[in-house]
Amino acid sequence: MDLESLYQDIILDHYKHPRGKGLLDRPMGSAFHVNPTCGDEITVQVNQDPQGGLIIGYDGQGCSISQASASVLVELIHGETIEKSEEIRKAFLEMMHAQGAGDPNEDILGDAIAFAGVAKFPARVKCALLSWMALQDAEIQAGLLTTGEGA
Amino acid sequence: MSTLDVTAIKADFPILSTTVRGGHRLVYLDSGATSQKPTVVLDAERNYYEQHNAAVHRGAHALAELATEDFEAARVTIAGFVGARAKDLVFTKNATESLNLVSYAFSNATALNNRGAGLIDPRFVLNPGDSIVITEMEHHANLIPWQEVCRKTGATLRWIPLTDEGRLDLTHLEDLIDHTTKVVSVVHQSNILGTINPVKMLMDRAHAVGAIGIIDGCQSVPHMPVDVHHLGADLVAWSGHKMLGPTGIGCLWGTEEILEAMPPFITGGSMIQMVEMEKSTFAPPPQKFEAGTPVVAQAVALAAGARYLEKIGMSAVADHEFELAEYTVDALNALVGVRIIGPANAHERGSAVSFVVDGLHPHDVGQVLDSRGVAVRVGHHCAWPTCRRFAVPSTTRISPYIYNDTSDIDEAIDGIVAAQEFFGVK
Ligand SMILES: Cc1ncc(COP(=O)(O)O)c(C=O)c1O
Repeated sequence: MDLESLYQDIILDHYKHPRGKGLLDRPMGSAFHVNPTCGDEITVQVNQDPQGGLIIGYDGQGCSISQASASVLVELIHGETIEKSEEIRKAFLEMMHAQGAGDPNEDILGDAIAFAGVAKFPARVKCALLSWMALQDAEIQAGLLTTGEGA
Repeated sequence: MSTLDVTAIKADFPILSTTVRGGHRLVYLDSGATSQKPTVVLDAERNYYEQHNAAVHRGAHALAELATEDFEAARVTIAGFVGARAKDLVFTKNATESLNLVSYAFSNATALNNRGAGLIDPRFVLNPGDSIVITEMEHHANLIPWQEVCRKTGATLRWIPLTDEGRLDLTHLEDLIDHTTKVVSVVHQSNILGTINPVKMLMDRAHAVGAIGIIDGCQSVPHMPVDVHHLGADLVAWSGHKMLGPTGIGCLWGTEEILEAMPPFITGGSMIQMVEMEKSTFAPPPQKFEAGTPVVAQAVALAAGARYLEKIGMSAVADHEFELAEYTVDALNALVGVRIIGPANAHERGSAVSFVVDGLHPHDVGQVLDSRGVAVRVGHHCAWPTCRRFAVPSTTRISPYIYNDTSDIDEAIDGIVAAQEFFGVK
């Protein structure tokens, strides 16, 4: 097995230099998720600017995959509309459930495309999805999203 | 000195000659989670199904007789493995069920007593003000059932705290186990820290205050000579799959007197004496606790595993593991940026050794080891509060068994260094 296919440089870079890490002052929505098999934790928070752009905050601890995924999430979602956020989140979910097959859209996913390799490691898919699940919950809590979509 | 012929033992375990992750020799160091199975165990299960399979304890045909004989002979063997009599050994699904069987004896007895439903042994009746004592290093299997009993009965859960070295802090034992205590349930050998606890002393203390003493023997029965009578407990629970047996079978040993006094857990067929529409009476132990079609093939296979271990000799197994523990602890201590969680020496500890690597998450350590064919466990090892006690979210654990030698430990150590290099934390 080659480790490089799992740990793409982009992932390692986000892990070592997380973007936008930190919690928001008064979030509209905030969700705390844990991965009960390994204890990884993530809090994702959401606010919305007057123009409808999302403001994302997060904090957490865990493995390289879960933490890099959260960092990529912020980079992708920050400033986007809720509609665009949903489009990206669904594309990410689809890629993670494709077991390495599928045809992820780099235009939508940006750096997150690096996680395509993670989808081949069933034990790590949960790590990659942790922050994205929390994002969905935070958006629901903020009243930006109704329940029951995706996942 | 270890007297085990590890090369010969390895050859008895078909899975150990397989390769993983693109041709790497499998280095299996996750026996704390589940052990691998030797051919004799696999053959025993297959032979049973091919030659004797039938419903036990009922039916008058030839196979039913053979199957019943196999099943009860297995009970004699497995009981004998821990110095017990067959009639005091109950088969369950796993250790978790064994411990639930015990915890439910308390909540069921309490519920029955509160309804005035017959004569209930007061030792099993819990009230607010009563206490249950466990330790801060319990597997969730010996924690959640007691939390639930406390929620149902109003009893209070207490736990013996840990020292920084990962041993029980017995400073306030007399206050923790006091006249309010009705249950003391402790792990013999910790699956996460490796610590071997002074269970005899704890059981004696339990009995001194009139409490029932329970031991989680999951990590001790497979790894050292255990005679239930020397432990001083009323009840001992363990799993078959960690001692070469198949999945799907657990054990619960109890003194005759305690098993008699305990109300049943799961009810239904096979556990009754007489049944009317309004009420029933129950069979004597162990059948009282074995409702439904029992774990026959699993028992037959587990007995083969027990015989295999007996042939090696459990003292030899313990010596071998002591050596591996010492070797592993020394090797980890010698690595820069690696910290053992649990006793950092081989004194009173088993061969399961947990550690953390500075700057690296256990998941990533495990992944790099896995890429080299080395199987270890990462996570909180179903002992989340223990991790919290040591302020780590999770650990990586090396847990060897009879089929491992120091070359396997070397592979793991090399893998840890490789992980440090790969992630640039060295
Ligand atoms: C100390 C200890 N207790 C209880 C258990 C639970 O065993 P099982 O999962 O077989 O029920 C385990 C196994 O992980 C263990 O190591």
